[in-house]
Amino acid sequence: MRLINRRPGGLGVLASAAVPFALALVLYVVASGIRLAENPDDKLLPGLASIGAAVERVAFEPDRRTGDYIFWTDTAASLQRLLTGVFVGAVVGLAVGVPNGLLPWFGAFASPAVRALSMIPPLAILPILFIVFGVGELAKVMLIVLGTAPFLMRDVEQRVRELPREQLIKAQTLDASSWQIALRVVLPQVFPRLVDGVRLSLGSAWLFLIAAEAIASTDGLGYRIFLVRRYLAMDVILPYVAWITVLAFLLDFGLRQLNRRCFPWYGA
Amino acid sequence: MIEVRNVWKRYPGKTVLENVRLRVEKNEFVTIVGASGCGKTTFLRMLLGEVEPCEGSIRIEGAPLVPEPRADRGVVFQRYSVFPHLTVLGNVLLGLDLGDAPWLGRTFGRRRARNVARAREMLARVGLERSAHNYPSELSGGMQQRLALAQTLITEPRILLLDEPFGALDPGIRSDMHELVRELHRELDLTVFMITHDIAEGFSLGSRLLVFDKPRVDPHEPDLYGATITFDLPVGHRRRADSIMDDINVKPGEEHAP
Repeated sequence: MRLINRRPGGLGVLASAAVPFALALVLYVVASGIRLAENPDDKLLPGLASIGAAVERVAFEPDRRTGDYIFWTDTAASLQRLLTGVFVGAVVGLAVGVPNGLLPWFGAFASPAVRALSMIPPLAILPILFIVFGVGELAKVMLIVLGTAPFLMRDVEQRVRELPREQLIKAQTLDASSWQIALRVVLPQVFPRLVDGVRLSLGSAWLFLIAAEAIASTDGLGYRIFLVRRYLAMDVILPYVAWITVLAFLLDFGLRQLNRRCFPWYGA
Repeated sequence: MIEVRNVWKRYPGKTVLENVRLRVEKNEFVTIVGASGCGKTTFLRMLLGEVEPCEGSIRIEGAPLVPEPRADRGVVFQRYSVFPHLTVLGNVLLGLDLGDAPWLGRTFGRRRARNVARAREMLARVGLERSAHNYPSELSGGMQQRLALAQTLITEPRILLLDEPFGALDPGIRSDMHELVRELHRELDLTVFMITHDIAEGFSLGSRLLVFDKPRVDPHEPDLYGATITFDLPVGHRRRADSIMDDINVKPGEEHAP
């Protein structure tokens, strides 16, 4: 049988997906073992036991100074910033993208500006955000909004333009007003596409979140990573990075399920 | 009555339609044939209000046509006529709900129950009552076009415009659809314009056949002159297609003769 026709079965799919992860783990344990054998105080590749102890310390014991379980307060603070920023970005994306794609006059007015806006590297204006909004929550959320909204505005505009011309004509022959067309024809069809756009922009949202937290914050996953870097605390950094990856995966998975459940017609 | 007075359509460097003149009485069933790119669809889009003529005018019952699609003219395209995000029932309900609820575009309570009843009646008329809660992507091509007809006719347009509605259907299903369209035309007192590539369909289905073609062709600049109605023939069930075929200069191999 040709290679292109050989497919893994149910268990084979799981097993082959697990192989790279297992391989990475084995590689890490071996490399860490070698380094620790040479120098028991090595901090670069801590053993699994010391990582476990560090997780135990940050996640399940109250912090000696503040009394918080810092792993969870960091997670809550970061997720709150991320979700607020992405939510506002999505709302702005919808509110600007739909009229941009649907109303020629609105598009002529706002579409070039949106294109120009999307060319500004958000991190380059982070100092401006800190100056304008202070170093509090608002500046960090605004960075995520400014990082995701221009992409979502352009994406939504494009999705609206992609709707077949026939559909808009058809709606007009049913006597739909522009408002009714936006509400009953365009919005419901653009919404699942917006969710897909949000899934794509989550990657950059995490980037902006961690950058903002690294520079000016007192809590959050990104803040913690950059804080403990000073002590070479790889035993904290590594589980934090793994946790961020898990969170990012769960958010993506959740949004995909949302689309599957709420819009059964989508992708059919 | 629909009156098309000396209508021209030009695009930069290209004339699509020239001097189209036509009078269509109420309740006529007009089929339109012609080679690809000869302006049939442009003509239909003018009747729809989507495209404006450069010269000339179109009048419906004496009033000039508003250059915007309106509810008095329903349309079914070859594809994309139904809304993929609405169920079969939702697609038919839409026209009624839009009329009843200018802000929300959907109805509730007793009014909704009344609209649902009307929509179900229309679905039963086109034979889709059992698929009411399916999405269009779950329907076959023929069923999707039945749905498109039901969706259009629920708002009771006086004119029905069909742009190759059965072009993508299998021959067996196509003849079922012919029967349906013929019945709907009779029952609902419609004036129908239908573009088709199937010349047999053009002869058998309508009461009048229009052939679009270019009367003048400049071989060095084929886009210089536009197309117009070169033949305007009364047709019908009785008249054999073969006898009319001789009248028309169909180029061999270009159209599929019956």
